Amino acid sequence: MTYDERLQNVSVLGAAGKMGSGILLLTAIEMVDRSLQPENKGKTFVLNAIDVSDEALAGLLGYLKVQVRKIAEKKTVWLRKMYAEREDLIENYDIIDEYIFDVLRMVRPVTSMEEAFRSSLVFEAVNENRALKVKLLSRIKENSQKDVWFFTNTSSVPIHLIDEEAGLDGKVIGFHFYNPPAVQKLVELIKTDNTLPEVEAFARQYATNLKKVVVPSNDVAGFIGNGHFMRDGLHGMKAAAKLAEEKNLSLYEAIYMVNKVTQEYLVRPMGIYQLMDYVGIDVMQFILNVMNPFVDDEDLHSDLLDQMMEQGVKGGQFSSGAQKNGFLKYEKGRPVAVWDVQQKQYVPFETFSAKCDEMLGSMPESAVAWKSTLRMKNKDEVLGRFYTDLKTTDTLGAELALHYGKCSRKIGEKLVADKVANNPDDVNTVMLTGFYHAYGPINTYFD
Amino acid sequence: MKKLRRKVYMAAGYNTISLGTGRKEFNPKKERPGIEHYISEAGQGVLKQIGGAENVDESVIGNFMAGRFNYQGHLDGFIPMIDKGLSMKPAVRVEGACASGGLSLVTGIRQVLAETSDVVLSLGFEVQNTVKAIYGADILAMAGWFKKRKKGHAYFFPGQFSDRAGAYYEKYGFDRTRKGMARWYANAIENARLDPTAQEYHNTNPDPYATALKMKPNGAAFVDHLTVLDCSKVSDGASGIAICSEEGLKRIGVDKKDAVEVIGFGHAVRDITSDPTDLTELETIKHAAHQALENAGITMDQVGTVETHDCFSIAGILAVEALGLAAKGEGADYVDAGHTSRTGEIPFNTTGGLIGWGHPTGGTGVHQAVTIWQQLTGNAGDAQITIDEKRPYGLTINMGGDDVTVTSIVFKRGA
Ligand SMILES: NC(=O)c1ccc[n+]([C@@H]2O[C@H](COP(=O)([O-])OP(=O)(O)OC[C@H]3O[C@@H](n4cnc5c(N)ncnc54)[C@H](O)[C@@H]3O)[C@@H](O)[C@H]2O)c1
Repeated sequence: MTYDERLQNVSVLGAAGKMGSGILLLTAIEMVDRSLQPENKGKTFVLNAIDVSDEALAGLLGYLKVQVRKIAEKKTVWLRKMYAEREDLIENYDIIDEYIFDVLRMVRPVTSMEEAFRSSLVFEAVNENRALKVKLLSRIKENSQKDVWFFTNTSSVPIHLIDEEAGLDGKVIGFHFYNPPAVQKLVELIKTDNTLPEVEAFARQYATNLKKVVVPSNDVAGFIGNGHFMRDGLHGMKAAAKLAEEKNLSLYEAIYMVNKVTQEYLVRPMGIYQLMDYVGIDVMQFILNVMNPFVDDEDLHSDLLDQMMEQGVKGGQFSSGAQKNGFLKYEKGRPVAVWDVQQKQYVPFETFSAKCDEMLGSMPESAVAWKSTLRMKNKDEVLGRFYTDLKTTDTLGAELALHYGKCSRKIGEKLVADKVANNPDDVNTVMLTGFYHAYGPINTYFD
Repeated sequence: MKKLRRKVYMAAGYNTISLGTGRKEFNPKKERPGIEHYISEAGQGVLKQIGGAENVDESVIGNFMAGRFNYQGHLDGFIPMIDKGLSMKPAVRVEGACASGGLSLVTGIRQVLAETSDVVLSLGFEVQNTVKAIYGADILAMAGWFKKRKKGHAYFFPGQFSDRAGAYYEKYGFDRTRKGMARWYANAIENARLDPTAQEYHNTNPDPYATALKMKPNGAAFVDHLTVLDCSKVSDGASGIAICSEEGLKRIGVDKKDAVEVIGFGHAVRDITSDPTDLTELETIKHAAHQALENAGITMDQVGTVETHDCFSIAGILAVEALGLAAKGEGADYVDAGHTSRTGEIPFNTTGGLIGWGHPTGGTGVHQAVTIWQQLTGNAGDAQITIDEKRPYGLTINMGGDDVTVTSIVFKRGA
């Protein structure tokens, strides 16, 4: 079966979800683009968008229509070539509309799993629930009329377990997109010892066509991205607890300070607490629970997370994409207050931040803002200067930052030592591309 | 063309800003003023300088594609909206693609020559940021023959002029041509920065020449032989000017020295269904401009400044050749040597032209006349150039489509 033949009948499970809808969009575009190639004229391509929620599926075509238009508008020059023989399509308007129609008529939003029995490729993006994933995939495998291959988007379940438990005979690979899949360039590719080479070759081809940056990760719960982020988050919570104790502060004050240090001193797009809110405290707790049984030398668990969950403070996003309140409270997307687990209420920054900022001290003049590093050509040099200065700065902020940076590096190095990542570059690529860090965690800035 | 049977003047020019990318106040996501705003502002801007609407005998409004950009036809109906005093008076809309503004001018000139009017309000406008560029390209493509649209580029007109640029590179050399085009761009930016209504007024690039020279055409992303810096802007804007007889000037209370006299004009149209005979020549521009010069009884060495239709930098270079300022194939060198810059031998497009000031398609022809009026009467503010006594004439060239409709006018300060 060729690459194109395999793409002729595809199913996405959980197609109406956050990740599923993006995966559906990208797959639909790839399938239509293949179908427009001269050698595929007249062939039928089918993409089943499978989900249990009728409500969510109802909105899916509208989402696709808007997104496909944006994509088509950016490649109209190419589309005009593809539709050159269609005398009825003259203006860009006509051609873009036809392309949208070609995508939409290929997509079948359905609630019945049986549709997947005729697919040669199944993308799985249902909830992060091992039993559910195994149940769905084994049912498809048993009933499939094709030699079906599976791509799973799981964030934390080891792929070999899904393979074994669902009886997939090595015809499965972890294809881990970042959120949102249509925007984020990074994909972690996780093969097991059993994954067939042709499955991997296909996955690589597919990722290349989608213009993704592929980082291979070994099949260890959490893979590289979550492997780093979860531990970095746990460290952030420990750092705040320690700071509160040593300096006799309230925990919320320490959380504010650690968040500030991880954003401003470590030159990251957001502080660690804001990032945990962004991912979702519930999601984080869930992934930690999945990961924890697979590691023996550390305890991937946080009482603070449990406490937050008990208090019903979960972070995550509204369907509009706006940030929900978590450790921090947000107004117009900016943090303005911090949750006090003792009093069970938010404490506005302005009531205490001056004291904390003073304790942290001021940053050296060579400090850089994350945003300014985005297009910086001599980023290495500028960051090097800043961290060199930080090492001779005698402030609490500098001390916390240097300690945090070292710890972040240790986490990265451990991922290599534990053979989750093949090398330090892969760890750095994941953090740079998937988390938009200004520099990879494995560096020499903090030596 | 016959000699003008009567003296014709233009005065009281007015430009709105040219709104679009480049202007600080432009935000594609926010609602922007519509056509009503632009027509009113330009119209009232003229009326204020001529003693009000009572003095106007009739009006002409040039516009290319409001029917598609703004879903609005029947544009003469907007003239009385400018001022009640224009109600129940004649008004006409003219269209000749991007030469619609030029047609508005020559129509007004003819009305004065016909002695049916002593004061004509001439306007031109376009509001084109209502659609994304990829759809705007469809709309602007209607300045070509629709039967050729299917085979044309997604960005149809850039595609047409890209073909011209490609032919020019091949015949005369890529590097020297690109230098001329980069200089054309740099001149446009330098001039636009001196006119507060220009779209590139806020441009702060310290070295536009280097930027343009560094950028290479990329057919995969845009067209084969042009970069975006070789292209005019997508603009919302309007311009207006009063066209008067001698009596008309008296009526509006404008002194001759504050007006420009139309010494001669040319107007020519080429068959839209046929391809240009030579891609490296703008034959209709050549024809109409020489017609204007002949009609005025002057030669190019008496012309002190030119406003030419640089919808693309290559069109600017080809116009230089069409005017005979440089031989065929030497226009790019002539431009790169600085002869068309604001301090050069013959300054071109002194408020930025279509690339620097902006290109609200149906308004451009009128904008050109306003610039010449400002320059010859000493009203150009920071953009003012010195007009050499030996070269007291100003010339405009306004082109519709791919060298299909061209109007050209020779002006001199009134005396
Ligand atoms: N959200 C992220 O940032 C992110 C990033 C990478 C990977 N992931 C992984 O992607 C997967 C999906 O996560 P999400 O965030 O999109 O979740 P989500 O809750 O937004 O989407 C899950 C979808 O699956 C559907 N679903 C549930 N049971 C189903 C069934 N039996 N059959 C078909 N559809 C069913 C749900 O209706 C929902 O639409 C998870 O494995 C998650 O770990 C998530």
